[in-house]
Amino acid sequence: MADTATGGAVVGGLQHLRTYGQIAWLWIRAAWQYPTSFVLLAIGNGLITGLDFVGLWIMFAHLDDLKGFTLHEVALLYGSASLALAIADTAIGSVERIGTYIRTGRLDQMMTKPVPLLVQVCADQFTLRRLGRLTQASIVFGWACTYVDWTPLRVVVAVSMLISGGLVFFGLFVGFSCIQFWTTDATEFANAFTYGGATVTQYPLNIFPREVLVGLTFVIPVAFVNWYPCLYLLGRSDPSGMPYALQFASPVAGVLTMAAALLVWRSGVRHYTSTGS
Amino acid sequence: MLHVAIATRAFRRYSTYRAATLAGIFTNSVFGIIYSYAYLALWDANPTAGGYDAQDAVTYVWLGQALLMTIALWGGGTTDDLAERIRTGDVAIDLYRPVGLVGWYLASDLGRAAYHLLTRGFGPTLIGVLVFHIALPSSVVNAFAFAVSLVLAVVVSFAIRFLVASTAFWLLDQSGVKVMSGAFAIFFSGMMLPLVLFPGWLGTVANVLPWASYVQVPADIWLGKHTGSGLLTALGFQVFWAVVLLATCQGVLRLATRKVVVQGG
Repeated sequence: MADTATGGAVVGGLQHLRTYGQIAWLWIRAAWQYPTSFVLLAIGNGLITGLDFVGLWIMFAHLDDLKGFTLHEVALLYGSASLALAIADTAIGSVERIGTYIRTGRLDQMMTKPVPLLVQVCADQFTLRRLGRLTQASIVFGWACTYVDWTPLRVVVAVSMLISGGLVFFGLFVGFSCIQFWTTDATEFANAFTYGGATVTQYPLNIFPREVLVGLTFVIPVAFVNWYPCLYLLGRSDPSGMPYALQFASPVAGVLTMAAALLVWRSGVRHYTSTGS
Repeated sequence: MLHVAIATRAFRRYSTYRAATLAGIFTNSVFGIIYSYAYLALWDANPTAGGYDAQDAVTYVWLGQALLMTIALWGGGTTDDLAERIRTGDVAIDLYRPVGLVGWYLASDLGRAAYHLLTRGFGPTLIGVLVFHIALPSSVVNAFAFAVSLVLAVVVSFAIRFLVASTAFWLLDQSGVKVMSGAFAIFFSGMMLPLVLFPGWLGTVANVLPWASYVQVPADIWLGKHTGSGLLTALGFQVFWAVVLLATCQGVLRLATRKVVVQGG
């Protein structure tokens, strides 16, 4: 009995993934109708993230280390967080737009279709422009990895860091986008936590007061995206004196954030009443 | 008078979205706090980096957050309406009107900028003053020069955004060019990192490009880095780019109306 239930869930999950792929492919072809824009969007997004790192590099032209962290170490922090963000963003980038869908009534149309709402919303207006960030982040991360003293356990921590980081960002983006079920014009409020969280992870977190670090650990858990696991990869003791166990806790944080986001999403959808337009 | 009316309408249009404005101020402030700590760490390690001290650096952060929306650094503003009207073909009606297109949209963008200055500009500045004790302009002359510089910054930014929107005459869709232009703006305006930190030739190039008018020039005037004739040179630099770019806007528009077939609606 249990086996068939799990089997059903897996088949269902794969089915959703397939639908997601189909909708995404549709949008890629649609975007290609404006080829110049398509190419420029990809290059532009790569450029934005690329220049981001140039900014860090320029900072280090004036510094030997940032609160004890060298350029290689900051590059590891930056690359891993950026990669996690790129993965989450490519998969669910359009979830931020549910406010628009509510306003225009498109969400109502989506609800009538036999595909889970979250799958439709995430795949809608799927864009490959984030490939730029993905490429750039991989290069920086790859470069920074050459300075890590690898052990088998560190490889495991690194892989789980990227997956967990993706889950944390997935959770933050979906969770905070749900605000729009209650108010439709405060989208920017979410940016403080989603993009703000992403920006925070570019720096060693010991530049912030300890209270902020505690908040970034237990409230908006972006410290698990890269800070704690990277401390382990770099073999450093925590400069803020947080428990050692946190360096291995990223998967827990990832799963919890994602679960919380899905709960918020469900209650948001239940709360939703159409604008009637 | 007409242009004043256009500006007033744009001001009112943007002021409808109160919750969005509050959310925006909150977000700008969060980013202000993040960057303040990052810059404090940098200037803690190198107290004279780029000729700024720690207070200059933190002031710079909050000015940047305050200017972000006022100068529409990421693109957008009223020129987005223009791009959409070009895409749909509605621009044909605009071209009929007995008013120049550039003047119309400039007036409307100045109205928008005034609203964003009073809200998204003033809000973060206040937080900066209260929480991070940022520096205020040292003299009345500096404060006045800053105000002039701010208007020029909006005009330069408008002209660039107008040119970006005009690409829709040929490409039909401005979004690709807009993202590219936003990337350059964020980097070369000094928004991401003050241009005073840019080393060697990169610093030289960044300081003569029009984007320097966005954040670096007004911020330096606020911080009192330009005095006497230096102040006039700084403002002259902005005037130069404003004139050159607005003239280019007119030229491009003339080219577009002559060469391009407007799309049917």
